[in-house]
Amino acid sequence: MMIDLDMEKMMTNENIKIKPDIFEDIQEPKVEYKILTRKLDVFYDDFQALKNISLKIRPFTVTALIGPSGCGKSTYLRVFNRMNDYIDGFYIKGKVLIDGQDIYNDKIILEKLRKDVGMVFQKPNPFPKSIYDNVAYGLKIQGVKDKNFIHERVITSLKKVVLWDEVKDNLKRNALALSGGQQQRLCIARTLAVEPNIILMDEPTSALDPISTGKIEELIFELKNEYTILIVTHNMQQAGRVSDRTAFFYLGDLIEEGATKDIFINPKEERTENYITGRFG
Amino acid sequence: MNRIAINRLKDKTFLVVGIFSTLIGLVLLAIFIGDILIQGLPRLSWKFLTSLPSRLPSKAGVYTAMMGSIWILILTTIISFPIGVGAGIYLEEYGKKSRLAKLLEINISNLAGVPSIIYGLLGLEIFARVMKMGSSILAGSMTLALLILPVIIVATRESIKAVPQSLRDASYAMGASKWQTIYNQVLPASFGGILTGIILALSRAVGEAAPLIVVGALAYVPFAPKSPMDEYSVLPIQIFNWISRPQHGFIINAAAAIIILLIITFLMNGIAIYMRNRWQKRISW
Repeated sequence: MMIDLDMEKMMTNENIKIKPDIFEDIQEPKVEYKILTRKLDVFYDDFQALKNISLKIRPFTVTALIGPSGCGKSTYLRVFNRMNDYIDGFYIKGKVLIDGQDIYNDKIILEKLRKDVGMVFQKPNPFPKSIYDNVAYGLKIQGVKDKNFIHERVITSLKKVVLWDEVKDNLKRNALALSGGQQQRLCIARTLAVEPNIILMDEPTSALDPISTGKIEELIFELKNEYTILIVTHNMQQAGRVSDRTAFFYLGDLIEEGATKDIFINPKEERTENYITGRFG
Repeated sequence: MNRIAINRLKDKTFLVVGIFSTLIGLVLLAIFIGDILIQGLPRLSWKFLTSLPSRLPSKAGVYTAMMGSIWILILTTIISFPIGVGAGIYLEEYGKKSRLAKLLEINISNLAGVPSIIYGLLGLEIFARVMKMGSSILAGSMTLALLILPVIIVATRESIKAVPQSLRDASYAMGASKWQTIYNQVLPASFGGILTGIILALSRAVGEAAPLIVVGALAYVPFAPKSPMDEYSVLPIQIFNWISRPQHGFIINAAAAIIILLIITFLMNGIAIYMRNRWQKRISW
């Protein structure tokens, strides 16, 4: 699975270089989809949180999931790394494919799935350990022993999230002593350190000030070249700024999905327009 | 009198009642400690700590009882720590949903309320007789371990419960397994609380006399125990024994031994409080 993935990455990277707006055209017939959900229903016991969601997500794009609270967008996000599994009464119907593989298959190893599908949470949640140990955690639990390798990976990850210059002199400091924005970037670095290919972000900036938010958004823009990103956000401007495509959820239904420009400029559905323009939500 | 005035009066009344209730406890404790100190302090000496028991009050010491208490303390810790913490982890992290876990939970809370002498009888039958340990330190330690297990389990569960879900989510989302998450995140974060609970439970165990009397601890042991299978006495039993003697000299001895027992208990409580504060300072969400 990994080898295929890398090849796919390389190929798509090349495509991007030649024709950066290749993904603008949705009608392109032979697109390889990174993530695919087909007729997905999600239940918590009797309550149906998601209804019949079919959605395709292409590699190296940022997809924004928007919608009012309780519409199921976070649930949808957590479907892809199976974090919903810990909630009592959770079960799904339908198919969820990542790289063509059914991730709700019994043979799927959760630990490996979550290594490939990283997640950044709403509230920065670094471990109460040193900055260094936070980033190294993923590798350590995988059983990586090579100290030099870990060290390199920690440095590259911290550089990727533009945190390196701020923390390089005291990597042994407790991560909880960092500011909220720094903590959130550290959480992203921690996720990057295990080299996922999909990153799920659940309102990553809702607990941050505008400057930190700006930094994270810039980062998302950069990360798009290497990762497929799904981001849940309540901030319409943010969705407009960072995402290539936008999906609007309402009461468990996927109302509309399309290129972000189209969704924001002329949405097909009235409900989408009402939500985006702030008439409800 | 209008309503505001009545409410004020109620406030004041309650304040006075509250202060009075608090003072009763404190004053009684102060009188008790003061009395013990006055009687026992002059008797305290290195010789008192290192002397074997004797029928002459002035020659008798607490050496054997103190060594017995230390043996009991160490063995009880070794037995109850892994079992209690293990059970706490299971109940909180693994067995949450099952009906069996709920049943266990209720019964563990019940066990914490069972009188200690009942545990003594249980220990006498199971450890001393069926398992043929006789009146050994091991039998006593296992009985005390049973006695404090519910307290340790409850303390472990409470500390684990206090670890925020976001920390577990972060670990799981990184691809950690359940045990990796527990070992690397949940236990370190809750260890201060667990340790506090264990130390408080042990400081209760070290003051227990009733279950040990039943299980066969002796009032008079001529030599300090050398192995877990030896016979033994402990401080509370030694105190009880001395107090029941007619000679005034033994009463003084008892007071001195009480001071030693109090010091041990206070020290352990102090360590527990220190641990709790240290861990709380280190980890704050």
